[in-house]
Amino acid sequence: MSDFLKLDKLTLSYGGPTPAVENLDFSMGKSELVALLGPSGCGKTTTMRAVAGLMKPVSGTITLDERDITRVSANKRGVGLVFQSYALFPHLSVFENVAFGLRLARVPGAEIKRRVDAVLASVGLSHLAARQPRELSGGQQQRVALARSIVVEPKLLLLDEPLSNLDARLRLEMRSELARLQDELGITMVYVTHDQAEALALADRIIVMREGRIEQAGTPEDIYERPVSIFVANFMGFENCFELTDGKLKGIAAPSFETGSAAGVAWRPHAVVLGQGPHTGTVIGASYLGPVVEYLLSTPLGDIKAEAPASAPRHAMGQAIAFDLPQAGAVLLARP
Amino acid sequence: MRIAGNLLLTLVLIFLIGPFVIICIAGLSGGETLAFPPDGLSLRWVQRVFEVESFRSAFWLSIALAIGSTLLALILGIPAAYALDRYNPPMAETIRNIVTAPIIVPGIIVGLALLRHLVVPLGIPITLALIIGHTALLVPYAVRVVSASLVNLRTDVEEAAVMLGASRLQSFFKVVLPNIRSGILAAFIIGFITSFNQVPISLFLTGPGVTTLPIGMMFYMEFNYDPSVAALSGLLAIMSLAIVMLAEKLLGLSRYV
Repeated sequence: MSDFLKLDKLTLSYGGPTPAVENLDFSMGKSELVALLGPSGCGKTTTMRAVAGLMKPVSGTITLDERDITRVSANKRGVGLVFQSYALFPHLSVFENVAFGLRLARVPGAEIKRRVDAVLASVGLSHLAARQPRELSGGQQQRVALARSIVVEPKLLLLDEPLSNLDARLRLEMRSELARLQDELGITMVYVTHDQAEALALADRIIVMREGRIEQAGTPEDIYERPVSIFVANFMGFENCFELTDGKLKGIAAPSFETGSAAGVAWRPHAVVLGQGPHTGTVIGASYLGPVVEYLLSTPLGDIKAEAPASAPRHAMGQAIAFDLPQAGAVLLARP
Repeated sequence: MRIAGNLLLTLVLIFLIGPFVIICIAGLSGGETLAFPPDGLSLRWVQRVFEVESFRSAFWLSIALAIGSTLLALILGIPAAYALDRYNPPMAETIRNIVTAPIIVPGIIVGLALLRHLVVPLGIPITLALIIGHTALLVPYAVRVVSASLVNLRTDVEEAAVMLGASRLQSFFKVVLPNIRSGILAAFIIGFITSFNQVPISLFLTGPGVTTLPIGMMFYMEFNYDPSVAALSGLLAIMSLAIVMLAEKLLGLSRYV
């Protein structure tokens, strides 16, 4: 079943002159984890809210598990949502927060106890069941929010930037915990984020969104290694992205390889060869990053970021330096 | 300078608390007329307060009126505060101003207007008229105090309840209400005291045989100039004080007003 969740020509609007999301098509399989990736304002959170039922689409349909849920109200969709702010109920203990959905469904008390205990154990919070939300750290609140959403066994779980309020170390820890939970429970998840590293690490498939449309969809490898546009390439850490006009770079001799009908070409900093090559640039910045030193070069092409091993002799500021943009490591981009 | 400051502070405090102390002491007088300093000390006028039939019935009417109109004001005010805060309706600011009007307009005008244009033409019974008048006076307090506690409750908490299967109504009763409980209690206490101590509106709306306590005390004083009114005033002041202090201790009432 590759059409477990299917969005068909979905258009969403907040009433402004241009819709927030326009004619969005996408589908995903059961137990898949799909990341909606993009900068703020690209429509990823709006799309997620529409799938949740918290926002009515202007047009288009949403199908979940072979049922058209476009007009089904949010509380009857079988969709769970983990909020960026966690949105725990401040007046209820951790146990009662997690039990909330089960109590609404009139699950018998003994079963509630069993299921809440089990899910709290799986997120490692059994010892905090009696605490109030305000007594918990951010990471612990995040786990409660997650436990509360998965205990009701939704068909689909939506996560809205779930790690963005955590510090760097906790973020890594929660990331692997999310991956483990998804693995164990096989929940179908849509994960909204603006952090490409998170999307690459967690997702089976990534959908990059831009201005309310899908810019590129594919596996993490597809997106990371074969971005289709300058926009995606920029987002995926290709620091050096350039437009091509008639297969030529502006300002320097064209690279010595066939560019076909590509609209752009990109290199990651480590793919730029320093110290030899046909082009020349001036060092205008250098940052020591541990294993490597990253240089910023001013060139006729524009600024270029290049990396050299930290063990190599350093280049001084203002020094003219030869460099090459080799075919190996170049990625051709079909669109601007 | 320091001494002058302390002196000024003492004077202000005497000015504020002085009348209260004087009334309490006058109420403990042993004499026949209201006087300060009192003619000896006794509890006979305090005892007398509980024997005057008109005081007793007025006291219970005032209590019932205060509780009833505060509850009504909350039933009207909580949904109003919720709608103003969450749905941001057109002309929200205008609605807020209209809702707040009874606080600004002098009570004597509200009372006269209610009497002249509502009670007399429609022939509304006195008790009902009192409830309507007091409720109108208390709605602004209910809206403002409840609004203050709603602002602290994020909307995504309600959405979280909906995503867990709650209807909008269930999310209101299971998530919103419990979280603004202390605001509602604060509004109740403020409303109760405001209604209980209310004079100008009640003055127009009370009638033969039906009177609130403050009005009853005014009428009583016109004919009897004995210390029982002072004794009653002291008792009421202590009651109000006790309620406010309890509320401050339990809820931190001053956060809401």
